[in-house]
Amino acid sequence: MSLSLAPGGSAARSSGPSSELDALGASERTSRPIVTGTSVLGIKYQGGVMLAADTLCSYGTMAKYKDARRLLEANSGTLIGGGGEYSDFQAISMMLKANAMEDRCLSDSLYDEDDGTTEESAKEVWSYLRAVMYNRRNKMNPLWNDLLVAGFDKKSKDGKPFLGFVDKIGTAYEDDCVATGFGSYLALPILREKYRPDLEEGEARALLEDCMRVLFYRDCRALNRIQIAKVTAESGVIIHEPYEIDTSWDSEAFVQSKGGLDEGDGGW
Amino acid sequence: MFRNQYDTDVTVWSPEGRLLQVEYAMESVKQGSACVGMRSSSHTVLGALKRSVSELSSHQKKIIEIDDHIGIGIAGLTADARSLAKWMMNECLNHKYVYGTPMPSSRLVTDLADRHQRTTQTYVRRPYGVGLLVASYDEKTGPHLYQTCPSGNIYEYYASAIGARSQSGRTYLEKHYESFEEASKDDLIMHALRALAGCVTGDGELTRDNGSIAVVGKGESFILIEGDELQPYLDRLELEGGGAADADEDDDDDDDEEEKTDAMETEQ
Repeated sequence: MSLSLAPGGSAARSSGPSSELDALGASERTSRPIVTGTSVLGIKYQGGVMLAADTLCSYGTMAKYKDARRLLEANSGTLIGGGGEYSDFQAISMMLKANAMEDRCLSDSLYDEDDGTTEESAKEVWSYLRAVMYNRRNKMNPLWNDLLVAGFDKKSKDGKPFLGFVDKIGTAYEDDCVATGFGSYLALPILREKYRPDLEEGEARALLEDCMRVLFYRDCRALNRIQIAKVTAESGVIIHEPYEIDTSWDSEAFVQSKGGLDEGDGGW
Repeated sequence: MFRNQYDTDVTVWSPEGRLLQVEYAMESVKQGSACVGMRSSSHTVLGALKRSVSELSSHQKKIIEIDDHIGIGIAGLTADARSLAKWMMNECLNHKYVYGTPMPSSRLVTDLADRHQRTTQTYVRRPYGVGLLVASYDEKTGPHLYQTCPSGNIYEYYASAIGARSQSGRTYLEKHYESFEEASKDDLIMHALRALAGCVTGDGELTRDNGSIAVVGKGESFILIEGDELQPYLDRLELEGGGAADADEDDDDDDDEEEKTDAMETEQ
């Protein structure tokens, strides 16, 4: 399966509704996302990288799928998280899994090497996604996603932790703290302030959880059921089961609105 | 041997179960001038004897840089070698663009092998009439030396020699290869020159015009050493006593080699 086909994808080649469009010389392109995921957060810590996302996929204003998995394993050393159109994220995930399978099956080395060194490192997956997203953008038929890629930059003992970002127009960068969507406005400042290279795993997790809480308060497409996933040198990719975070709505800002405008214009 | 009936097409088997066209293509490699290669734990070195058609012409380039970390030495049909080199350069460049890292040479070489094999199984094509010595340095796996053959077989070597009178080179390498692992870069280059010196025609000698060395290693991009730069090494070789003494013992044993030096101008 290729995600870089001509606009319309594989549908363009089979008989069906789009073949009529083809006859007219028209084509199908992605114009807006339908089922969407919101922010994904990422932070490096001492010994690895961690991602967080909620388990909601919205159908416009409806909170439709409340157990959607937005953090997935690309290969044995790489984690991806996606916001935006969920079907595009699923397609990307399947494509990366197919690549990882091919890497494992391809007898690249002339010797027997079963130590995972023939698989792509996280940095290579990130660079590959950049190429795919940019290519699709140039055809005016984007994969409508913001992606985070977490892992290590090299498939070797001395690889450094890697955390990268790719968006639907092919922008790509790497940093110690990254976030997509609303998270880049609300969570990133918090992550950047609290980040230290020697963060312990527990501290990193608490930090991400706090940010997810803030996002639930302020992003109307967010959910308080979240998932944490991490990549470490010793254990590879670990994706934890989702859990609910507690929230508190009795702080002053929510109870007593500013200016005492309860009666009247409903100011907030 | 009555093998003429079965040798016109590459898709015809001989009664002995051989593809004679492929074997004839391998003969072509043996007509090219000598090319040697060897590796240590840190470097891979190539050496080649550049032939010139007449006194008025230049010496044919035998070593081609494919990427910063890969280069090839050729023996046989130069035009075929250039076509393969062009393909290899393109593959390396594409890989770098998509994945952000240098192409693993083991992957390039297995794809190269597949490319060679395809020509042995199609009615409309012919095998490539060139043998390559592929020298590379991969970050993950270290230095490598591969040898390709028109049949599509690719093997990895500690040291190898191909082309006309290469048996002398091979004999030298067999005698000394155990010391290559720990050898320094300069020592390795000297070994290459000594191996090459045995492959020169009876009354010829290795000079800076017809000799060519290339090195690739850890932190060192593929580089050619020719002309004036090669002179210091040639001087050292002369100080030792020429080096040809070592290599000419087994020249007579090899039945396949013939002294057809200037017969085919297409091959260098």
